[in-house]
Amino acid sequence: MQRVGVFVCWCGSNIAGTVDVEAVSEALKSEPGVVFSTNYQYMCSQAGQDMIKDAVKEHNLTGIVVCSCSPRMHEATFRKTAAAAGLNPYMVEIANIREQCSWVHKDVLTGTEKAIILGKAAVAKVNLNTPLIPGESPVTKRALVIGGGIAGIQTALDIADAGFEVDIVEKKPTIGGKMAQLDKTFPTLDCAACILTPKMVDVAQNEKIRIFSYSEVTEVQGFVGNFDVTIKKNARYVKEEICTGCGACVEKCPMKKIPNEFNLGMDNRSAIYIPFAQAVPKVATIDPNACNMLKNGKCGVCSKVCAAGAIDYTQKDEYINEKYGAIVVATGFNPISMDKFDEFAYNQSKDVITSLEFERLTNAAGPSAGKLVRPSDGKHPHTIVFVQCVGSRCESCAEKGKEYCSKICCMYTAKHAMLTRDKYPDTEVYVFYIDVRTPGKNFDEFYRRAVEEYGVKYVKGMVGKVTPEGDKLKVQASDLIANKQLHIDADLVVLAAAIEPDKSARPLATMLTASMDTNDFFTEAHPKLRPVESPTAGVFLSGACQGPKDIPETVSQAGAAASKVIGLLAKDKLTGNPCVANSNELMCNGCSSCANVCPYGAISYEDKEFRMPDRTTKVRRVAVVNPAVCQGCGACTVACPSGAMDLKGFANSQIMAEVDAICK
Amino acid sequence: MKVSYFPGCTLKNKAKDLDMYAYKSAEVLGVTLEEIENWQCCGGVFTTANDEVATKLSSIRALKYAGDKEQPLVTVCSACHNVIKQTNHAMQTNSAFADKVNRYMAADGSYKGETEVYHYLEMLRDLVGFDVIKEKVVNTLKGKKIAAYYGCLLLRPNKVMRMDDPENPTIMEDLIKSLGADAVVYAKRNECCGGYISLESPDAAKKNSIAIIENAKVNGAQMIITACPLCKYNLEKCGADIPVVYFTELLAEALGVKEDTNA
Amino acid sequence: MHNNKYLRDEIIRISGADVSKCMRCGKCSATCPAYDEMEYHPHQFVNMVECGDIEPLLNSESLYKCLSCFACIDRCPRGVQPAKVVEAVRLTAIRKQGANHITADDIPAVVDADTPQQLLVSAFRKYTK
Repeated sequence: MQRVGVFVCWCGSNIAGTVDVEAVSEALKSEPGVVFSTNYQYMCSQAGQDMIKDAVKEHNLTGIVVCSCSPRMHEATFRKTAAAAGLNPYMVEIANIREQCSWVHKDVLTGTEKAIILGKAAVAKVNLNTPLIPGESPVTKRALVIGGGIAGIQTALDIADAGFEVDIVEKKPTIGGKMAQLDKTFPTLDCAACILTPKMVDVAQNEKIRIFSYSEVTEVQGFVGNFDVTIKKNARYVKEEICTGCGACVEKCPMKKIPNEFNLGMDNRSAIYIPFAQAVPKVATIDPNACNMLKNGKCGVCSKVCAAGAIDYTQKDEYINEKYGAIVVATGFNPISMDKFDEFAYNQSKDVITSLEFERLTNAAGPSAGKLVRPSDGKHPHTIVFVQCVGSRCESCAEKGKEYCSKICCMYTAKHAMLTRDKYPDTEVYVFYIDVRTPGKNFDEFYRRAVEEYGVKYVKGMVGKVTPEGDKLKVQASDLIANKQLHIDADLVVLAAAIEPDKSARPLATMLTASMDTNDFFTEAHPKLRPVESPTAGVFLSGACQGPKDIPETVSQAGAAASKVIGLLAKDKLTGNPCVANSNELMCNGCSSCANVCPYGAISYEDKEFRMPDRTTKVRRVAVVNPAVCQGCGACTVACPSGAMDLKGFANSQIMAEVDAICK
Repeated sequence: MKVSYFPGCTLKNKAKDLDMYAYKSAEVLGVTLEEIENWQCCGGVFTTANDEVATKLSSIRALKYAGDKEQPLVTVCSACHNVIKQTNHAMQTNSAFADKVNRYMAADGSYKGETEVYHYLEMLRDLVGFDVIKEKVVNTLKGKKIAAYYGCLLLRPNKVMRMDDPENPTIMEDLIKSLGADAVVYAKRNECCGGYISLESPDAAKKNSIAIIENAKVNGAQMIITACPLCKYNLEKCGADIPVVYFTELLAEALGVKEDTNA
Repeated sequence: MHNNKYLRDEIIRISGADVSKCMRCGKCSATCPAYDEMEYHPHQFVNMVECGDIEPLLNSESLYKCLSCFACIDRCPRGVQPAKVVEAVRLTAIRKQGANHITADDIPAVVDADTPQQLLVSAFRKYTK
């Protein structure tokens, strides 16, 4: 029989406000095995912990029940306390009488009754606890960063700087991401390329960093410290290590009418291409859907002009297996499609563009060499209307758009409006806004400058309809302050499209068993206190894959993710979780039900000899759990038809004892 | 193929063309329109209020009639279609409303919104197929620049109507193309013509209609087609200098049954 | 400003619209084809109903200017359904005894040879009880 001590925490008034803690500790005194029961204001405080340690010694306790907050908060604390008092840390049970008890109940009677029941369940369980010893696993000292935008670049650089090897997997032919497509950056207006390309070069030159461009992750196995990852290197039909990036092939390629995705289709590229001048790696890539040689074997011009002999039409996709200790997701964002918002006539006029297209139109390396012109006729626009919140802040039943605020649009629109007025003072610039949201250092000042110094006309209201007519865009909008409907003949309309996570994020999350929210943003382990970690151990989050954010925020988060990775890779061994599955081979019939449901591939089978009652032997197939791979999810224990599979620390008998205690 | 057909009040009077050419064209396309017996006027506009029952009963009788014959219900007037489809949607999604209606209609048996409602255009697209229509064209309209005018009733509220993209629809353009003509796309094709406001404030309706016609003309339209008698009235009343015709008339012309009917 | 809670709740109930979802973007009024005819615009209907400021709306000609074209319903990013709010206020006005907005006697003066039946039927459904 255990000797159990019960410690009921007040949590100030968090628990004591709606739970009579005295009554709880009193009621639990008479539970089986309980030899000591008390309550205290803050069990997690040093004094509270000392109280536990003293009680262990004084009453020879073998098990501890702490009635307090969620085990997610302080289970680790009390396990350490128990260990310090000489107990096995897994002899501690937490009864959560705060989150789903004192916080949700309004009257003391109900709260107290529930707290007592929860306490009884924990006592029933601890009576069946056995000491558990965690195993250890080694750490592969290399990190994988998925996505090569500014988030991935910064994370990789910071990890490499600490001396660890990092691989970046980028699905595009070059790293750089969205930031490489931007013109200037708010609120200081530095040129995006001027501050990004040095970092791209750093990545290229860093001996610790390998770039897998034009590649994607196709399979992830293993667990924290020991991930086993398959990377698919798509055939680019150019030998990366030989290509010098001279561009002769690009110039001579006869297929020149392929929409250029780097300029969002606003101009064309050739079938063999280098996305932009500062691409890293500066290597050509053949678009297999556009190349005549690859489609029907006719052409071969690029091969003829390549002095280095880098063209290889026979190149195949290549699969690479690599081990990693940590994985950082940095898959970024995209503007949403404007298809469902054609009241703004995006699909009906070339002169209705998105803000990202506007970036390309004003970028010196863009389709108009940085001259702001109308895509339809190349003329200089005199009246420009910016529409904010297109697809952001939409109620879910509106069936289009996103519920969240995309966060970056207010600032980049202010930037666009300001730069337009600065460079082309003869233009009239309107910005239609619902709210101007500028919570960032020097952000509101920036927006006010656009209004006060540059004369941008901010109108509180929304655009309702854009009608292309002749060479004008008739904009019908509301001015809520003037209580008027406005009609503006515009030359260019710019839509601040909502942003959404990259489409590759959802399948990647499945591979990583990392959780996502309903918008496909990766979920953080704790929204405030663990913002760069996924709840899945060893998986970290960097940049807009976790939520909309601007460059300064992305870079901060990228650094934070890197520091978490470094902290992990700096360890030689990781202490495992001893609460893993365990198969009773005498009861196992080898049916494979458990292996079929195991998400971690932790269960294998072996043939084992058993002595039968009649002294003969029989070979049977039985399940074996690899404790280093098992994450203790318990799926196998419910799948097992013969009751052979059990989870240490959460045995069927323990769970049933809890249920019995609750139902008594 | 046989379908139940709800013509509506205007189609038996001021909009006889819309009705007549619908019949003729359907016949060529192998569809028999079986007019609902003793149909009653849909009311012209759907009353959105949750507590209105009586104004919706005529639609429900038509729906139930088609349902009892296990036929889809086809309408050709935009207004009838809008009212009947919204009423059917209310029957499917608002159980309190459906209960009330069924108590009113107790003598006729209960109805839960089972009947499928098609606009004639949807029938052409989904039940006949524009490719089939293309094959049956005898008088190609090649070279004609025709603008489709949808107005509001065909498309909105999109959650209920589900006919097409409410902001950039293509169903009528696809029909125009299948008849051999060029479809003129213009943004105001889903803006309101002024509707029933022309009774009290003809000038207000005129302003809307002129803007629509202007937008179509600037984009090259030589003719406008519509499915709604009130749209046709408003567009014509504002002084349109290009013809505004019912889409069924255009269809009949291309299928070679227009002269037929005139004769 | 009045705060007529009874009428407010009644209008919200009849309309089935949730005015509290409005984020004051004004897209309803930006999209409204009858805007210039209205004294109170769609966004004001939503706001005034939310505040219980119903009397001015009940007495305003704006009630009879809404075309029920549902553009505001489709384009509202918050799913507020302003046209249903306007309709509920209009019904509240015309459901009173003798409050019909038009009568049969008004019709001969305003019809012409081409007036479609649909126009009269719609107007009567919208303007009378």
